[in-house]
Amino acid sequence: MNAISVRNLSKSYTTGKQTVEALCNISLQVAAGELFGIIGPDGAGKTSLLRILATLMQPNAGQASVLGLDTTKDYKAIRQKIGYMPGRFSLYQDLSVEENLDFFATIFKTSIDANYQLIKDIYEQIAPFKKRKAGKLSGGMKQKLALCCALIHKPSLLLLDEPTTGVDVMSRKEFWDMLASLQQQGLTIVVATPYMDEASLCDRIALLDRGNFLEIDTPSGIIANHQSTLWAVKSDNMYQLLQDTRSWSGVTNVFPFGEYLHCSPHSSNTDIKELEAYLLSKKQQQIVVKQIEPQIEDVFMHLMNKHHVS
Amino acid sequence: MYHELNDMIVADKLTKTFGDFTAVDAISFEVKKGEIFGFLGANGAGKSTAMRMLCGLLQPSSGSARVAGHDITRQSEKIKQTIGYMSQKFSLYEDLTVKENMRLYGGIYGMNLTAIKAKTASIASALHLQEELDTLVGSLPLGWKQKLAFSVAMFHSPPLVFLDEPTGGVDPVTRREFWELIYAAAHEGTTVFVTTHYMDEAEYCDRVCIMVDGKIQALDKPGALRQMYNTNSIEGVFLQLARTAKRMAD
Repeated sequence: MNAISVRNLSKSYTTGKQTVEALCNISLQVAAGELFGIIGPDGAGKTSLLRILATLMQPNAGQASVLGLDTTKDYKAIRQKIGYMPGRFSLYQDLSVEENLDFFATIFKTSIDANYQLIKDIYEQIAPFKKRKAGKLSGGMKQKLALCCALIHKPSLLLLDEPTTGVDVMSRKEFWDMLASLQQQGLTIVVATPYMDEASLCDRIALLDRGNFLEIDTPSGIIANHQSTLWAVKSDNMYQLLQDTRSWSGVTNVFPFGEYLHCSPHSSNTDIKELEAYLLSKKQQQIVVKQIEPQIEDVFMHLMNKHHVS
Repeated sequence: MYHELNDMIVADKLTKTFGDFTAVDAISFEVKKGEIFGFLGANGAGKSTAMRMLCGLLQPSSGSARVAGHDITRQSEKIKQTIGYMSQKFSLYEDLTVKENMRLYGGIYGMNLTAIKAKTASIASALHLQEELDTLVGSLPLGWKQKLAFSVAMFHSPPLVFLDEPTGGVDPVTRREFWELIYAAAHEGTTVFVTTHYMDEAEYCDRVCIMVDGKIQALDKPGALRQMYNTNSIEGVFLQLARTAKRMAD
């Protein structure tokens, strides 16, 4: 059975004279037990989709079912079975760590002890601060507490809205390790994130941009579908290199990418040596050019551009 | 004055304690004029506290720093007038138009109307916003907003600009366009002090500083750091250093 099934879902918001299409006729299936990533920048529609799945908001058109239940008709039953972590910290700031957890357990007619096994590894990290008010916790701790509260009733599906936004690389890594171990315990997990480098940590991903899915597949599948030639270039003067590379007619889509620039040759007949020769003629020094495998971020940018044009 | 300075920031054993907690522990470093200086660290490493002191918003407990030639303890007002500042969380007023935001910031920085008008026109043309001058900032796409916020932070042509996680959540194309604005500003001599959680962006900086538990644990060119820590990315350097943290702050 699919844990999530979304068919032709649309959602728009109107403020004054402006209407924003947050989700434009999108469809999606997430299998039970999957760790599924919804990847896209701010304003892509990630939160709208998760809020509809969490039964907090109704779509304008289309249907969504969660764990076999309809999000409009069966919302009460769904809420018993899912854990939802909104993007903004929404626990009670003036309750302690322990009180928050106890409160959420009580609402779901269970106790901290009943499902302690599920949260044990995460809770132990914040247990030294269990008497501290949630509002006084640091960002990373708040996030761990919020995850514990979303898990306390042993849901079969977790919906996480940007759990790693604004968090440093180290804490992000730890958070994804926690998700992997939760998945092993049988949970289906849907994570929304603006970080493209988190894509490879998911079983499957959906690339979302301005209310449309650009592509849905495994991370390696998405990369395999876009086997266009990609080059990486660097030199000892990156700003000038950016201008110089752009001024060469043989390449397009020249963008900085970490310590390199990435660019695509216009035609498959273009030899990478021609680019190197051109850059040498521009007095660039310590030039490195090489052909590379695209990353998810390259594919996303490529698809965004295509979408813009069409 | 700062025009003659080679070092835009000079911090000397800069320290901030809150009770018995040392948030920033005797950090010393210099930022050169025209440099893009990346300021990294795990949440709770002391980045924000250090940055607030350098912006003149928080007094140090001990140590000192000069920012654009001004002493952070005695001349904090001067610093606020001199520097530019932009953060992801706060930048522009959503319920003012593009033009009104520029008028407001120009006014705050004490520019006269002629200068404000000229600058407004030049930013509008650089960002292709001529048609949007009377649009409420709240209804602009996020990518435009961030680029506009940067231009407004640079409105009074500051010699030094602080950017606090300026690209969070922005799409990958806009994120790169934003960095090209930074490159261009640095190319024209502006010093850029920037924090980010995107490790690929750390590679764009001239030098990168990594804070751990209130101290500076690494400071060098990205290439030199990669070599020193025997890894192929700044992310690798960051992870090696962050693992040594003892502090449970975040």
